[in-house]
Amino acid sequence: MIHWQVIIPLLLFLVVIFMIGIWANKKVRTSESFLQEYFLGGREMGGFILAMTMIATYGSASSFIGGPGVAYTKGLGWVLLAMAQLPAGYFVLMVLGKKFAIIARKFQTITLIDFLRIRYKSDVIVIVSAIAIIVFLFSSMMAQWVGGARLIESLTGLTYPVALFIFAASVLIYVVIGGFRAVALTDAVQGSIMVIGTIILLIGTIIAGGGIDAIMAALVAENPNYVSPFGAEGELTPLYVSTFWILIGVGVVGLPQIAVRAMSYKNAKSMHRAILIGTIAIGTIMFGMHLIGVLARPVMPGIEIGDKVMPLLTLEVLPPVVAGLVLAAPMAATMSTVNALLILVSSTVVKDIYLNYIKPGASDAQIKKASFIVTTVIGLAVVVFALRPPDLIVWLNLFAFGGLEAVFIWSVVLGLYWQKANRYGAIASMFTGMTMYIVIDVFAKNAFGMHSVTLPIIGSLLVFVIVSVITHHKVAHEPNWLDQ
Amino acid sequence: MNDKRFKIANREAWIGVLLVMINFAIWFGFAYGLGSGDPTEYTYVLGFPAWFFYSCIAGTIFMIVLLYVVIKVFFKDVPFDEEEPKS
Repeated sequence: MIHWQVIIPLLLFLVVIFMIGIWANKKVRTSESFLQEYFLGGREMGGFILAMTMIATYGSASSFIGGPGVAYTKGLGWVLLAMAQLPAGYFVLMVLGKKFAIIARKFQTITLIDFLRIRYKSDVIVIVSAIAIIVFLFSSMMAQWVGGARLIESLTGLTYPVALFIFAASVLIYVVIGGFRAVALTDAVQGSIMVIGTIILLIGTIIAGGGIDAIMAALVAENPNYVSPFGAEGELTPLYVSTFWILIGVGVVGLPQIAVRAMSYKNAKSMHRAILIGTIAIGTIMFGMHLIGVLARPVMPGIEIGDKVMPLLTLEVLPPVVAGLVLAAPMAATMSTVNALLILVSSTVVKDIYLNYIKPGASDAQIKKASFIVTTVIGLAVVVFALRPPDLIVWLNLFAFGGLEAVFIWSVVLGLYWQKANRYGAIASMFTGMTMYIVIDVFAKNAFGMHSVTLPIIGSLLVFVIVSVITHHKVAHEPNWLDQ
Repeated sequence: MNDKRFKIANREAWIGVLLVMINFAIWFGFAYGLGSGDPTEYTYVLGFPAWFFYSCIAGTIFMIVLLYVVIKVFFKDVPFDEEEPKS
């Protein structure tokens, strides 16, 4: 079946996105510094765009599809867990903050790895970081593309390969031609759709359920645990839920796709505004979407597959035209995450590998050509992998999340604020974080009742500090590179 | 380098850490402080269980207001491009 009322808003949405891409391409062609423009949008983001690109990059298909599906089966305890994401709105910008922005300008850094390279002067760190970013974000991108294509598939009735092709073509074209500026501007549109869609669906669901009182009473009647903080089976312990503050709250500082945004805004005022706007937006989306998942239970009982809760609910409780707008929200969430990952992986390959190790003296024309080619090839490679997709989108996504956090968080934060942080400590902490995360996740998932990411984050901090102190004499004669 | 801007930045970073701790305390305290009893005997506020209302709704609104105040009062507007600010 083909839902035209859903397809028309989606098409309109795509047209707007394309126009932004074409407009951004003009800027790319006329810019004096291609790298700064293509990969950072010329560091010109104002408060609203910065806030929206942060939350749109952060909020993905799992916030709109996977998350509400889990909330449907677990109850209000899952909304509580989702609210651990509120700090993602303010913590990154405050902690990386002005120091990161000032240093990024001073050294003209384009990528997060640029910052690490200048701070630690170590090829090992550059290469390990590049590999981590490419491997994890590539897999994360693939999961998101599968999610995007499945969404189109279920909304339009097209087959999976066709849906994948439409999704890939729409994202690839504007990202390749428009670069970061197109990504950030489309994120502003997509982020707004995400917020508005959430509010509409929340209101629609409450009305359809006969009001909050009636819905809560129905939940208690089915299983009182749905309204407790502990989950339907009492499986959500306070310790376990609290450790999500690391994975999806403060640990977000270590995500390269988020951190790079903290070096691309215009001035201090943009940052102040973005903190407020971003926190309001992320609070609305995460609270709204997950609560919707819980409220959906009495409204539409008996849905077996979690991922179908949100689309089915939307079509059920909203009038057709409005449903189309709301269903553009998960689309927007997916696209806005994918476009950020694509441009980031491309910048890693071009700036951190090609320009550092393959062709250091490349001319502007060569860099331009390389950037377009690399972005296109990566995009197409993802499509090929996504044709035979693995399951468990949420799991893959979270794995990439935790892995990158464990690798980067301390190298970035301590590198920025701790004088004694040195390359040996950073390398040791990167390897420790990564290895511990994989070992724990595979052999002792959620060890000691904490999310798998908790111990690697703590362990890599300890290793970082100990190794940096022990090896301090080796680097004591070197100047602090950030002060040069 | 004793760039004055970095002093401001350091202080703001610590404020960020402090805010997360406050946020976590509110979230955790209300959720498990009010929500640990028998779910059939919860009190309700505006239709929601009290623990949920205070932890996830009122707590979030409080954090946003707090952020607004903190930014107005403590966050400084510094230039990013100049090497050394004048003062």
